Parts: sequence; C-alpha cells; structure tokens
Amino acid sequence: MRIAVLLFIVGFSIQAQSAIWRVGPALQLKTIHAALEKSSKGDTIIVTSGLYQEGNIRIGKSVVIIGEGESTVDGQNKFEVFTIESNNVTIRNLKITNTGVSSLSDLAAIGAENVRGLYISNNVIDNAFFGIHLANCKTSTVENNILTSRSIDELHTGNGIHLWKCQSITINNNKITKHRDGIYLEFVTDSFITNNVSEDNLRYGLHFMFSHNDEYSGNTFKNNGAGIAVMYSRGVKMFRNHFMENWGSTAFGLLLKEISESRIERNVFYKNTVAIYLEGCSRSHFSLNEFRENGFALKLQANCDDNVFEKNNFIANSFDLGTNGSMTLNTINKNYWDKYSGYDLNGDGLGDVPFHPVSMYAMIVEKMPTSIMLWRSFLVFLLDRTEKVIPVVTPENLRDDVPVMTSYDINS
Amino acid sequence: MMRIVKYVALDILRNRFVVLYTLFLLLVTVTMFSIEGNSDKAILSLLNIILMVVPLVSIIFTTIHFFNSYEFIELLLSQPINRRSIFLSEYLAIATALCASYVVGVGLPITFFNPSIDTVYMIISGLLLTFVFVSLAFCAAVLTRDKAKGIGIALLFWFYFSLIYDGLILYVIYSFNDYPLEKVTLALISLNPVDLARIIILLKLDISALMGYTGAFYKQFFGSGLGIAYSIGMLGLWAGLPLILSLRRFRMKDI
Repeated sequence: MRIAVLLFIVGFSIQAQSAIWRVGPALQLKTIHAALEKSSKGDTIIVTSGLYQEGNIRIGKSVVIIGEGESTVDGQNKFEVFTIESNNVTIRNLKITNTGVSSLSDLAAIGAENVRGLYISNNVIDNAFFGIHLANCKTSTVENNILTSRSIDELHTGNGIHLWKCQSITINNNKITKHRDGIYLEFVTDSFITNNVSEDNLRYGLHFMFSHNDEYSGNTFKNNGAGIAVMYSRGVKMFRNHFMENWGSTAFGLLLKEISESRIERNVFYKNTVAIYLEGCSRSHFSLNEFRENGFALKLQANCDDNVFEKNNFIANSFDLGTNGSMTLNTINKNYWDKYSGYDLNGDGLGDVPFHPVSMYAMIVEKMPTSIMLWRSFLVFLLDRTEKVIPVVTPENLRDDVPVMTSYDINS
Repeated sequence: MMRIVKYVALDILRNRFVVLYTLFLLLVTVTMFSIEGNSDKAILSLLNIILMVVPLVSIIFTTIHFFNSYEFIELLLSQPINRRSIFLSEYLAIATALCASYVVGVGLPITFFNPSIDTVYMIISGLLLTFVFVSLAFCAAVLTRDKAKGIGIALLFWFYFSLIYDGLILYVIYSFNDYPLEKVTLALISLNPVDLARIIILLKLDISALMGYTGAFYKQFFGSGLGIAYSIGMLGLWAGLPLILSLRRFRMKDI
C-alpha cells in the first residue's frame, strides 16, 4: 500500500514537472507562437519585455503565460489577440492592446470558449473592442485587470468583461473604463462579482440578464451613461456596492426589471437621477441601504409585489419615493427618512405616526415630467402640505408605519 | 440727482423698518445655518424664505414709502428739477437701501457659512428680485392716488407672481400634457421673475431632481453660461420695463 502511494506521488510529480520557456526579441524564442508550439501541457511561458505583433494567438494547451517587465502584445487593430481553446490556461501580467473591431464577431483582447479553470489576472488591456470575453466557461477567475477602451460609440465599442453562458466565475478587483458596458453577463450563474470599479462607460456599468444566484459586492459603479440595468434574474445578491453619479434623462443608479427573490443590502446610492427603479420585481429584500442626494430615491412601479424595504436611510433626496398607481403590495418598514416630521413620545426610537414617503408633487412629476420646473415653488409647497393633511392623490396605504428617528449605520 | 438719492436713502436708513428687515433676515439666515448641519439644505430652506419675503417686503415697503413721501415729492416738484430725476432718485434710494439690507442680512452671513458659487447666485438673484419688486411697486404706486388701493395693487402683484402664475403654468402643463412642452414652459417661466430667480439657484443646488426626463433639457439650457446670462438678462428686463412704464406715467401725471 505504502509503495503504491509512493509510486503515485512520484508519478504525479513527474507528470507535474513542467518546463519554462522564455520568449523575447533577443532570445532564441522570438514569438509567443513559437513558444506555444514547443511547450506541452503544464508548461510556463515567460514573455519578456518587448512588442509582440503576432496576429491571433490561439492557445490550445494548458499553459501559463506570464509577462515579465514591459511586454506588450499588439492586435494591430485587426485581430483577436488571445483565443483560449484549452482548459486551465493562465494569462498574467501582460499588456494587451489594439484588438480589431468587427460587427460580425466579438473580437476580444482575451477570448475563451467552452473551457474551464482559466486564471486571467494583472493584465492591462488597452484600446480593445471587447476586453475579456468568456463564452460557455466554468470555474474561472478574472482579477486585478485594468481595462480601458476608446469610447467612440455604442456600435464600435465592445464590453469590458463579457460573459455568456458561464458558471462559477469570479470577477474580482478589475477596473473598467470607457467600454460600452463595463461588465456584461448573460446566462451566468453562481458567480461572484466583487470589488470592481466600473466607471465612465458608454452604456451600463453593469448589465446582466438571465443570471441567477450571482453575488455582487464591494463594487463601485460611477458615472456610466445609463447607470446599471439588470433584468430577468432571480437570487441576485448585492452587498456594499456604491452606485454614484449616474446622471441624465435615461440614467438609473440601479434599474431592476423582473428581478425576484433577491437581496440588496448595505449599498450606497449617491447623486443618481433615480437611485433604484423597480419594474415587475417580486419577493426581494432591500435593507440597510443608504440613499443620499438622489433625484428620486426609489421609483416603485405598481407591478412590483411582495418586496420589503426596511432599515434604509433616505437622506437629502429630492423625492423619496415615486410610484405610478394606487396599489400597494410592498412592505415599507422601519426606515429612516430625513423628511419625517413626526414625534416619538415613549422614546423607543420609533416614530409614533406613520410617514408617507410619496409626496403629491412626486405623483404630479411622474405624470407630467415638465412640471419639475415648478419644484420648490410656493405653490408646490402649499399643494404638498394640503395633501399631507387630506390625502387625495397619493396612495394612502403606501406608508412607513414605524419610521425610525435616527439614521442607521450601514457599515456596522 | 445724487443729492436727492442721498437724502432719501438717509431718510430710509433712519427708518426703523429697514433695520428690522435687516435684523429679521440676519436672524433667519443664522438660524437656518445653525439648525441645519448640511449647508446645501440650509440654503434650500433659506431659498423658500427669500423667494417669499424679499419680494413681499420690497413691494409693500416701497409702495408705502412712496405714498408717505408724496408731500416731499410735491415739494421737490416745486423746485426746478425735472420729474425724471426725482422719480429715478426715489427709485435708486429705495432699491439701494433694500439691497443693503439684503446684503447685510443674507449676503454676509451665507458667505461666511458657505463660501461657494451657489452663494454668489443666491446673492445675485436676491438683489435682482429686490430691484424687480421695487420697480413693480412704483408701477402700483403711480397707478392710483389712493394709498389703500396702491397697496392692494402691490399685494396683488406679489400674489400673482408668487402663487397664481405658477398655478396657471401647472394648469397649462396639465391641459396640454400630450404635447412636448419643454420650450413652452421655458418661455412661460421667463415671464415670472420669482420663477427665474428660483431656477437660477435650484439648478446650482437640486440638480439631480431637475435632471429627470425633461430636466436634461432645462439643465442644458439653464446650466450653460448662456442660460444664466439669459435668466439674469430677463430679470434685468423685469426690473427695467415696469420702471420705464411707471416713469412715463409719472411724467404725465397730475400730482
């Protein structure tokens, strides 16, 4: 038995013994292509400083490719740079630039299809059409990459990190700017999207559809053309993200369409035109989020049901809540509203009278957007006050029965 | 002319009312900033008060003062001075006194609490509003010889611009909601000095609300240097036109 184990270990270590190939303009191996041809499974290719213009590089073996110094791989504005066709490939520490632009295929700096066990990290991807494009991949990690594109228009700019039909992927600590969508996921499940920064993208900072049971935490989405839009997914978990400065007529801090059974917690929404817009969402839980200085903090369409909003902070928003109907199928409870003017006689920290977060003028603006022009005029002040005394237009049941008197510390 | 301005202005400054007005503004401003930790919010609360109080005080005080100094004006008219310079001196004196109150009562404390570009807009629009409503008050005052009637007309002006006009705009928006109304409302807003002043300040502060669907359009217009120049120009026009009209009437008037 012992011998068998020993033999196994020895056999394994022999198998795992891998060669290291060095590539460089002054070395014997001048191109990555040549190194790939010589290498076998499990080998490491070190790409030393230099400029490599080799067209499309197909990786058909499980190899580790590591950049050393200033090694730049250039796609000459024509090609997809790396195409990964094998499992367990690692690409690290490279600078990849100038991919081609095509309207027929999604040319990427690093593209992969039908593989697993990829590790893509510490790369700088510049001026790419698509940055990292994974299709039908599993159990892979993309981290610490910096992706920048040229932000021309939506047709000629691709997505930063684009995942299609993937499973168990970790996207961690990447910085994506000036792409079309920062992070785009379609049919991606059981994945972790953490600590990324996605800003100044043409369309969405984060965009996903049909992607169930994914977790998004610690990300920052800032100043993207249309904010964040996520659709048709369930089991979405969003924790500790920052949604900031998504301004404009069609921008949303977070647009949720047909999202169900999800948890949105401890996020910060700061200075968005609309912080969260919900349409057709069900059974989701929103707690300990902070809404600060947004135009609308929440726009809750009447086709949402069974959602719970509790323990959130609403501070200095122009409107706290907007809605388009009188049906109330959601629960709003124990939030902090800076506009609350009630009292707390028994001192238990809970307000004694309910708070109605929908102001009359929010209803009017929802119906007639042009009337925003009269915002904060004396007339509007009078209308809001009258409505508070005798509610006619605003939904009577849409209220927080036990608003809290002091704001929550969402970081504790 | 400058001598008349000097005498009238000194007379007004000696008047207890202007001192009270200054103290009131000072008190309100300091209180707002002391209560509200967030200076943006303090400015917004202050905005509501300024849009109400400054026009009201300007228009009522000016009308009353004009009627009270009728005898003084009659006396001046018996001298070899033309009506135009008497009228303009009265105007300048009152406007200067009220502007001084505003600067001391609001301008200085907010510059102290919140020195920023918003503050500059706040001060400019308050000053312009003072000029506009002093002009309107002169209009009301020359329309009639009866003091009570004059004050009534002045109050009506204030009501119209602070409340009734906005109601009319809201009605127009409501009635023609199916049409693109952005440019129409823009034009309508220009016809009300109080709205103009409000929007100048609001675009600097409450920007996220105004950036909604149609807000982007307004932002594009009012946010640009041209838009700001346009609003200030319109306010200037609002101060100038009533003044010219009332001056013409005053010159013809049988005192």
